Amino acid sequence: MRHSVVLEYHKCRGCTTCIKNCPTEAIRVRNGKATILPNRCIDCGTCLRVCPHHAVTSMHDNFNSLQNYQYTVAVPDPALYGQFHNLDSPDLILASLLELGFDSVYEAAAGAELLTGYLTSRPEDPDRPVPEISSVCPAVVRLIRIRFPSLLGNICPLLLPTELAAILAREKAVRETGLSPQEIGVFSIVPCSSLVTAASSPDGQIAPVLDGAFAIRDVYKALLSPMKALAGKPLPDLSLAGRAGAGWAFSGGESYAHRAERYVAVDGIDNVIRMLEEIEDGRLPEADFIELRACTQGCLGGCFCVENPFIARMRMKRLMGELPEARSVYRPGSRVDDLIASTQKPEYYPTFQLDPDRRVAMEKMRRIQALEEQLPGLRCGSCGAPSCRAFAEDVVMGRASEDDCIFKVRERMQNVAGKSEADEYLPAPFRRRRTIPQDPPAQP
Amino acid sequence: MESLHLVYDVPGGDLTHAGEASSQVKQTLRKMRYDSDTIRRVSVCMYEGEINMVIHAEGGTAAVDVGLDEITITLADRGPGIPDVEQAMQAGFTTAGDQARDLGFGAGMGLPNMKKYSDEMKIDSTVGVGTTVTMVVHIP
Repeated sequence: MRHSVVLEYHKCRGCTTCIKNCPTEAIRVRNGKATILPNRCIDCGTCLRVCPHHAVTSMHDNFNSLQNYQYTVAVPDPALYGQFHNLDSPDLILASLLELGFDSVYEAAAGAELLTGYLTSRPEDPDRPVPEISSVCPAVVRLIRIRFPSLLGNICPLLLPTELAAILAREKAVRETGLSPQEIGVFSIVPCSSLVTAASSPDGQIAPVLDGAFAIRDVYKALLSPMKALAGKPLPDLSLAGRAGAGWAFSGGESYAHRAERYVAVDGIDNVIRMLEEIEDGRLPEADFIELRACTQGCLGGCFCVENPFIARMRMKRLMGELPEARSVYRPGSRVDDLIASTQKPEYYPTFQLDPDRRVAMEKMRRIQALEEQLPGLRCGSCGAPSCRAFAEDVVMGRASEDDCIFKVRERMQNVAGKSEADEYLPAPFRRRRTIPQDPPAQP
Repeated sequence: MESLHLVYDVPGGDLTHAGEASSQVKQTLRKMRYDSDTIRRVSVCMYEGEINMVIHAEGGTAAVDVGLDEITITLADRGPGIPDVEQAMQAGFTTAGDQARDLGFGAGMGLPNMKKYSDEMKIDSTVGVGTTVTMVVHIP
């Protein structure tokens, strides 16, 4: 998998903020710089958000890549609509995208409506897993693939709305222009790093169906001036989606579109993990459908969105009030069915495994436990690992040395230098000599 | 025989932290390549047991013996004990207080679920002394 989340080393100061926030413990600090363990990264974008030095970034395409194609299509995510105020119709955004140089537009929201149509019109199936887990958030699907393999069967194996829109857009462009599929460039406009990764390394497709992905924050800036120029003018009917598709931008919108009655919509990666744990423990909520989104408020909270997600949601709701229920109609037996049928089921990716041989894995686990017991349990991050347990695992797996723990080194120093001086080798919070920090007296 | 011994303290009276031991066991088992079904069964047994210890006893200890052929879970508390084990095993039977029931616990499915998801289950209980539940999950 080609990850979109990358570090800009010259900006990283090795502060350990990211390692403690990463939900899959995928980051370590070495030589004063953070490094990502690629097999564990789910591209959720948490590190991009928390890095105080803005050293974590996500690779995405720039507008120059449009020039490599005879004909280009923009596939905007509905989260884009929530970034602008006083928007009465997506048509203003779509027309402005054409001004930017795209030859046509095909909304991801239209793909979402077709998927919704498919889901609501499928026949009852007693073998269907309960609850079904939405596959709309690629970061969540990757999380389940590495950490919750027992729930893989619960994932509703649909392609992403963006992918469906991209495939249909390319086919439409081929029909209308007579060009070959390779001469057509289809680009998504996405709210987050996980969808950038999905564009080049799709989870459910054999080969990429997109030619690239742009971040909403970049497109937003470029859109401001054409949108200003077009405001108030009559616009062509470009939008292929209504309320149902637009709502997928936020948490709960997909469930709403499916008219699921007993659904749970969870947003924020920590909440998602807790929900998956609960489902795994058999604490099944009385729900048929579980919608999980890695970002707060869903895609409107993606790391590439410019607007506060809560305000963006208010704007989306206002915009949705102006739209018809849906514009893209699913027909059973259509191309959509083939595309859904050919979507790969997500498979277990055993990245946390200690060894393929269980006996060896057990021995390693015993050593990890023994080492962890000797560690202080402070999660200080000085060793570059997120927790003492992760550090113990790193040592046993050969990714770190015991001496990387400052407390282990201190033990040695105590033997060499005598007790009192060893204290000097510790950072202030851990020194025995107590100096209690005090605020200066309050000034009236 | 080769095995890995895991011990967790289950604090009493705190439903907000119930499930933590179960979650840690799950992660440990996954690292050792146990299959999903086994992990799921162990985690349900652990979780239900943890909840029981929090609701009915003032907590206790959860010990997990992870072997190559089987996983043994021993949940020991010094709570009030179960006067009638057979009755307690019936689906729907509960003595949980209103507080637990208001939170959605205490539906009387704890012990039946533990029995359902384990291959062997034994309850040693003495009123006024405590309860020890031992569950064994066979590895396929």
